Amino acid sequence: MKVLVAVKRVVDYNVKVRAKPDGSDVDLNNVKMAINPFCEIAVEEAVRLKEAGTASEVIAVSIGDKSCQEQIRTALALGADRGIQVDVENGVEPLVVAKLLKGVIDKEQPQLVILGKQSIDGDNNQTGQMLGALANMPQGTFASEVVVDGDKVSVTREVDGGLQTVRLSLPAIVTTDLRLNEPRYASLPNIMKAKKKQLDVYSAEDLGVTVRRHVSQVKVAPPAERQEGIKVADVDELVDKLKNEAKVIS
Amino acid sequence: MSTLVIAEHDNNSLKASTLNTVAAAQALGGDIDILVAGANCDAAAAAAAAVPGIGKVLLADNAAYEHQLAENVSLLIAEAAANYDNILAPATVSCKNIMPRVAALLDVGQISDIIAVDSADTFQRPIYAGNVIATVQSADAKKVITVRTTAYDGVPAEGGSAAIEALDSVHDAGLSTFVGEEVAESDRPELTSADVVISGGRGMQNGENFKLLEGIADKLNAAIGASRAAVDAGFVPNDMQVGQTGKIVAPDLYIAVGISGAIQHLAGMKDSKVIVAINKDEDAPIFQVADYGLVADLFEALPELESKI
Ligand SMILES: Cc1cc2nc3c(=O)[nH]c(=O)nc-3n(C[C@H](O)[C@H](O)[C@H](O)COP(=O)(O)OP(=O)(O)OC[C@H]3O[C@@H](n4cnc5c(N)ncnc54)[C@H](O)[C@@H]3O)c2cc1C
Ligand SMILES: Nc1ncnc2c1ncn2[C@@H]1O[C@H](COP(=O)(O)O)[C@@H](O)[C@H]1O
Repeated sequence: MKVLVAVKRVVDYNVKVRAKPDGSDVDLNNVKMAINPFCEIAVEEAVRLKEAGTASEVIAVSIGDKSCQEQIRTALALGADRGIQVDVENGVEPLVVAKLLKGVIDKEQPQLVILGKQSIDGDNNQTGQMLGALANMPQGTFASEVVVDGDKVSVTREVDGGLQTVRLSLPAIVTTDLRLNEPRYASLPNIMKAKKKQLDVYSAEDLGVTVRRHVSQVKVAPPAERQEGIKVADVDELVDKLKNEAKVIS
Repeated sequence: MSTLVIAEHDNNSLKASTLNTVAAAQALGGDIDILVAGANCDAAAAAAAAVPGIGKVLLADNAAYEHQLAENVSLLIAEAAANYDNILAPATVSCKNIMPRVAALLDVGQISDIIAVDSADTFQRPIYAGNVIATVQSADAKKVITVRTTAYDGVPAEGGSAAIEALDSVHDAGLSTFVGEEVAESDRPELTSADVVISGGRGMQNGENFKLLEGIADKLNAAIGASRAAVDAGFVPNDMQVGQTGKIVAPDLYIAVGISGAIQHLAGMKDSKVIVAINKDEDAPIFQVADYGLVADLFEALPELESKI
């Protein structure tokens, strides 16, 4: 079966992003970009399915301007077979991303589509679920285990209070949580090989989708600052402060 | 303007997050109804009807909704949405699973995790792990919104007597089935609504050592949380993870023990009223957000703290 993986180009998770002083947007000048960590877990899961003989082909798709080809190449170096870039301006919102991914699904007919649960830039946590609705596929979100079995997939999900297992008919959507797997590092030979793998570029029109804005960003601002705290000398001072100054324990 | 609030419940009682969400709906203004979808959930509907200021409670009681399967519940909510301008749900794991599906069915964007309502179409929400607060405006006539529960004090649970109206339509997409769950029972308060939270990180070294936190939690009636590192290492279960991609908490008192203070962890707790950090590394970033920092070995500090509170 074919597996489609959606990978997003985002600011590296180690970068502490700030609002520009004029509040027009976040300051992304010269910051390191990377594949969204949850998408990396998605690629790893797809590649493991291929290594186990369950998947026949792994296709990595990213939606954005040409720069996201870098993240597609990263996915190819991790073991994806070929890539698709949907060439649109950066920052397209989840509903539109989901519509474009639905367009790719219509062309490729994958049995499993794996996405990250959340982009670490927009913190939306929407795209996989939206795609499920648009494609009329079931979804196993926040997955910590994925087991394909015939025309079904069992997904163990990280939920409030613990873990839940659901069984879905294929084709299905999976979104990854942190404990699904530990992604490998790409080896140098695989990075070289990835440069030669097929990468197709589609436009939104090719996929029959009109890009539009449902939600737009008006401005950005830094969060409220916390007042600077103090260091206490020992446990006695800590208890005293909590009782008599902060009054949070009695 | 009219708003439908999606109740979070366990078929018997409402979760506190529902009351926070009603508070956000009040910030929007207009009429507020609550939808309770579940199975044998009369008691939860009765609890929703007792929330003051509610117009009516829509009750969808069917086996198809028992486990909140998104494929089924999203169809129900999308249908009920016809009569409302806004659909609001708490940004809990369950509603995060369902609501984007509703938005896509309605062909509208979703606004996740709002922390403030500026006007009927403009909202504030944290992005980039809470390092930036974005003001966003919706162009959709119908708005699908999830609410960061820590940003709103819950409305009272008692005092109202709304009518309960049964919804008869049954939506079973037939795409998914519930197999089972492993849910840890705990007598402690819920992590996201506790007044006191004490969390352990990699510095705890193993799951056994979390007992050192339990004694203190017992005395303070606290919930116990953890960093991602502690969960990944298998010290404690996943639902204890506090942070950008775990649970968001904002208790009166948050005690971080053996946690370095990565931005992803801070994203989940830095709105707590009072923060205490116990860490043996005086340069640990957690001290930058702590009101009271104690540079100490946790294995010495915790037993002493337990004996002195
Ligand atoms: C996509 C993504 C999402 C993430 N989401 C989250 C999230 O939601 N929540 C989260 O927490 N993290 C998250 N992380 C991980 C985060 O980046 C950090 O790796 C993690 O928070 C570190 O956990 P820690 O502080 O327990 O461990 P460490 O950073 O290893 O810190 C351990 C601390 O314990 C102290 N210590 C050790 N021994 C003792 C002792 N005996 N006494 C006192 N102090 C001691 C050390 O000085 C150190 O400061 C995420 C990362 C990524 C990439
Ligand atoms: N521009 C994009 N290109 C490819 N995949 C995306 C894009 N945006 C979101 N996704 C996928 O959707 C997941 C969840 O993103 P979000 O809904 O934005 O939090 C990501 O982890 C990706 O797998």
